[in-house]
Amino acid sequence: MKNQEAPQGEALREKVLAGYPAKLAKKRAPQLVVNHTHADGQVPPVKANVRTTPGIITQRGCCYAGCKGVVLGPTRDIVNLVHGPIGCSFYAWLTRRNQTRPPTAQDENFMTYCFSTDMQDENIVFGGEKKLRAAVQEAYDLFHPKAIGIFSTCPVGLIGDDVHAVAKEMKEKLGINIFGFSCEGYKGVSQSAGHHIANNQLFKHVIGLDDQAPEGKFKITMLGEYNIGGDAFVLEELLARCGFTLVATLSGNSTINQFERAHTADLNVVMCHRSINYVADMIEKKYGVPWFKVNFIGAKSTAKSLRKMAAFFDDAELAARVEQVIAEELAKVEAVAARIKPRCTGKTAMLFVGGSRAHHYQDLFAEIGMKTIAAGYEFAHRDDYEGRRVLSSITVDADSRNIEELEVEKDPKRYRKILSDEKRQKLASVNFEFNDYQGMMPQMDDETLVIDDINEQDTQRLLELCKPDIFCAGIKEKYSVQKHGIPCKQLHSYDYGGPYAGFQGAINFYQEIDRLINTRIWSFIEPPWEVAASPTLEATYERG
Amino acid sequence: MRKIAIYGKGGIGKSTTTQNTVAGLAEMGKKIMVVGCDPKADSTRLLLGGLAQKTVLNTLREEGEDVELDKIRKAGFRGTWCVESGGPEPGVGCAGRGIITSINMLEQLGAYAESENLDYAFYDVLGDVVCGGFAMPIRDNKANEIYIVCSGEMMAMYAANNICKGIVKYAEAGSVRLGGLICNSRKCDNEKEMIEELARQIGTQMIYFVPRDNMVQKAEINRKTVIDYDPTCGQADHYRNLARAIDNNKMFVIPKPLEMDNLEKLLIDFGLGG
Repeated sequence: MKNQEAPQGEALREKVLAGYPAKLAKKRAPQLVVNHTHADGQVPPVKANVRTTPGIITQRGCCYAGCKGVVLGPTRDIVNLVHGPIGCSFYAWLTRRNQTRPPTAQDENFMTYCFSTDMQDENIVFGGEKKLRAAVQEAYDLFHPKAIGIFSTCPVGLIGDDVHAVAKEMKEKLGINIFGFSCEGYKGVSQSAGHHIANNQLFKHVIGLDDQAPEGKFKITMLGEYNIGGDAFVLEELLARCGFTLVATLSGNSTINQFERAHTADLNVVMCHRSINYVADMIEKKYGVPWFKVNFIGAKSTAKSLRKMAAFFDDAELAARVEQVIAEELAKVEAVAARIKPRCTGKTAMLFVGGSRAHHYQDLFAEIGMKTIAAGYEFAHRDDYEGRRVLSSITVDADSRNIEELEVEKDPKRYRKILSDEKRQKLASVNFEFNDYQGMMPQMDDETLVIDDINEQDTQRLLELCKPDIFCAGIKEKYSVQKHGIPCKQLHSYDYGGPYAGFQGAINFYQEIDRLINTRIWSFIEPPWEVAASPTLEATYERG
Repeated sequence: MRKIAIYGKGGIGKSTTTQNTVAGLAEMGKKIMVVGCDPKADSTRLLLGGLAQKTVLNTLREEGEDVELDKIRKAGFRGTWCVESGGPEPGVGCAGRGIITSINMLEQLGAYAESENLDYAFYDVLGDVVCGGFAMPIRDNKANEIYIVCSGEMMAMYAANNICKGIVKYAEAGSVRLGGLICNSRKCDNEKEMIEELARQIGTQMIYFVPRDNMVQKAEINRKTVIDYDPTCGQADHYRNLARAIDNNKMFVIPKPLEMDNLEKLLIDFGLGG
């Protein structure tokens, strides 16, 4: 099936761009880049986080999806109430297959519920605040939750319902935490705007409300882990075994109380840089908690991340435990990899998903000998491609200005100097980096193709020209990809598989990829009567 | 049936002019329905002798979907049907969506049906065409003629020109046409000549010049149209003339709105020079 003649690099890029009308091709060209990492680590610029040209069948979702679905979706004890027509709520309900595990069956879990104000024509004409107030009251009366989040859908922004005023009023009335999100779908260029809005509101209304840190040593908060397919369960167990104390996760398998005390950790580790770097930065500014980027996708990356965390705490016992866990786990991982690698080596993968997943999952493929020949993000910004080194050169356009940028100051009472100058210097001397993200491209091979905000036309061309052995995207792309006889692995929801994080996750992923690319089923996509070399059926017919 | 929408700057006298003209048409024996498209619901006050109308949207809200036509229209001066669309309190919700909802409701209920034997339906629309909802009456199959009420004041002319831009958009896609400008005099210098020239440049006509008369104010205080309050006065005849001019009108155009510079030049030429 593999196309040996497949074009590469610039030739491939030009063939993909050839599908556009001239004017659009010009506009689109800076979003398709042939990768090349210079000696100093610099990569070519990618145009990212810009509006999709109407008419293009994009992968992207909306601002509301990013806020309600991605960031707040995995929370179990906040009633996430959608203010809008019912469809916005129904179609955003449990779609990312986030999992959660309340300690007992009696503990709250609202994730299986779908809360909506079910706006009608009348509420559009006369305003929907009254109905929203009633819905908040009703949710409170039925469930007595600790907190209620209110999410604005498109019409709410058009008619000017003030969700924040209603939240404030009901918060005073009911005495629980209630906060609103102005995350109308049309805001920003993609769901990325919704992540930022979610981060801002959590920082303003939730984080920092509880200064009581949990008992334990080596306290960390994990940011940007959303417990798809049970990833967080694997990581929680792993971190505990290593001896870390997990103060909070934003937001996989989380509780509101975890959010409230998130700032009491001594270290923030960031998984999905795109969706949550804002919170990491704001917590550092206000409370002094340092952060760095980790990656728990891939066995080697997991080991590397754990070692970096141990190095940060600079404790011999912790380091020894981490090494022991890594040794035990890697032995298991390597046994499976050794069995699978011969069957996968040399196969090719394409990843077009998310704002960090297209990067993280390349590690897993590399571990079984597979090569990523093209990758890109759905809603990332330039720093996710090229690294945070380009942050200062990103032009702020009107779409980004439309989203509030919080002014954060040092909290005079609660700011903690967690790292002494001496220790910080010591870490710096061994190239220990904070506030870091190198981006996806420096890790990719030269001549691979990077495409931002990929669409149906680009996807079809890539599949036809390169015939990769696997394509990773989401449900919207899955079946059009598989019609080419190429398996598509969903990395938004894991196709009901997973978990894929940590060491156990790596094993699961290797096995899944082996199963997907080495099954014979793809050779049956073409029916036998359309395969030229297939034997013809012969029969005789006798007139009776 | 002719379906007419009246637009113009806020406070220019759209509702007053509409109702007085409708009184003139009613006197001629025409069967008319007036649909007020303003959340304030004061477009039929003079025809009904006071604010006595329950709005379509309020009725819908209270009665649900089983609304009867009788509940939302009232007979006013000489059997003229009066309807108020209504809408939200100032500063909440979406008045434009309200107009869309109530016009659809009227259509569903058969208010425009042939059996109603209407000669005219008038839409009296709030201020400027600020959003899609307020353009509802000029979309396809709703109003097919538009008259813009204006005066010789700068902002009234500016608004009239702006409304023409809105009309162009819908006229090119549908059947709606501009029938003319109605000058509701503010006693500006060279007002009549200036509006005639504005109309000419837009490609339409000044269909009538309504002089300013305190009689209009008097009749309003008494909750009546001029024709109803004092049928013999001179102002009543002006409204009868306007009614007749509209009834006989044959000039329907797609307007050509002016560039800002030309509009300002017009004001300088007539307002200062003339």
